[in-house]
Amino acid sequence: MKICISSKGGSTTSVLDPRFGRAAYFILVDSDTMKTEVIENSAIASGGGAGIASGQLVVDKGVEVVITGNVGPNATKVLEASNVAVFRGVPATIEENIEKYQKGLLEKISTAVPAHFGMGSMEA
Amino acid sequence: MKIAVLSGKGGTGKTTISASFAASIASCQYIDCDVEEPNGYIFLNPDIQRSQQVKVLVPEVDKAKCDGCGACGTACQFNAIAVLKGEVLLFHEICHHCGACVIACPRDAIYEQERMIGVIEANKNDNFLHGKLNVGEPISVPIIQELKNLIKKDKPVIIDCSPGASCAVVQSIEECDYCVLVTEPTPFGLHDLEIAVQLVRKMKMPFGIIINKASDDSKLIHDYCRSEGIKILMEIPFSTEIAKAYSEGILPIQKDIVLKQKFEKLYEKLVRGEYQ
Repeated sequence: MKICISSKGGSTTSVLDPRFGRAAYFILVDSDTMKTEVIENSAIASGGGAGIASGQLVVDKGVEVVITGNVGPNATKVLEASNVAVFRGVPATIEENIEKYQKGLLEKISTAVPAHFGMGSMEA
Repeated sequence: MKIAVLSGKGGTGKTTISASFAASIASCQYIDCDVEEPNGYIFLNPDIQRSQQVKVLVPEVDKAKCDGCGACGTACQFNAIAVLKGEVLLFHEICHHCGACVIACPRDAIYEQERMIGVIEANKNDNFLHGKLNVGEPISVPIIQELKNLIKKDKPVIIDCSPGASCAVVQSIEECDYCVLVTEPTPFGLHDLEIAVQLVRKMKMPFGIIINKASDDSKLIHDYCRSEGIKILMEIPFSTEIAKAYSEGILPIQKDIVLKQKFEKLYEKLVRGEYQ
């Protein structure tokens, strides 16, 4: 199963980015093989609809689980329509978040934060 | 002559200036293009007689024809379409109505439908016009476009823009003959004025500045204008009396006949091209 974690940096030792749509990077992890793929998020610079573009990217990659901080209303629609489960990560490294997820310690989120919640330098 | 009144920063007195201007010039047309927060009507008390809906075209998908190829989503520059495992998901609020998805679809599965985003209201002879964008709508440009289609060619026109230097402002000032930039003498005022100046310079518009709430601090703006070679058209002094009247919906020119004459004179000078 493919897991996608929003990340501030391009490696598994980077810290989780609490934003989904405008996360700096997405780190995809195959939970069976533990192989990783790093994707720079091109939607970060888009004027609008960053959550939709990020959601589309994740769905196209065949991801089934997203670990992030907050998800906006549009991204929630995209992820819900594709049956992607969303979990709230912790402010720690990508590795730690995967570990916590596999132990079942992360909370599943189903509510969206308001649009543009993570814009600017706001920390969630 | 078409004069646009803009300000980099909100709350500088753009509506005070534009409504005062409109009320000082005999038989002019006033257009409030600040469609997110139109408030010129509070001071000009127009008798609204008609209202017209503003509609835009947004895509819909004919599911019988769609094969989920995703060409529409790829074509959309605004991320308003997601194609998920063959299902097309449309986000009408962020659609910019460009129609690229319709052209991109190889199976003619996308058609356009009208969606109402706001209204235009006018008095009997269209001398007062304003637009109102529905709450929650992010794109105001179609309403401003519609307002500008109603500009009268044989009259002086005053256009009240929205604050900032956004697409809405660009749309509002386009094809105007002169721009009046309103500022207040504070560091924030100056900062945002600089941005507005960049905008009008880039658009090659003739412009001048009115300092509202002028005080001893106005030196800040004076110094900037001197170093940049920008004309200061007028200064309206800081006054609690003006502020109090304003809070009651009364324009400063209604209290101060000298100020009214200043606006009249300013208009005459602008028409003569003295400040080009």
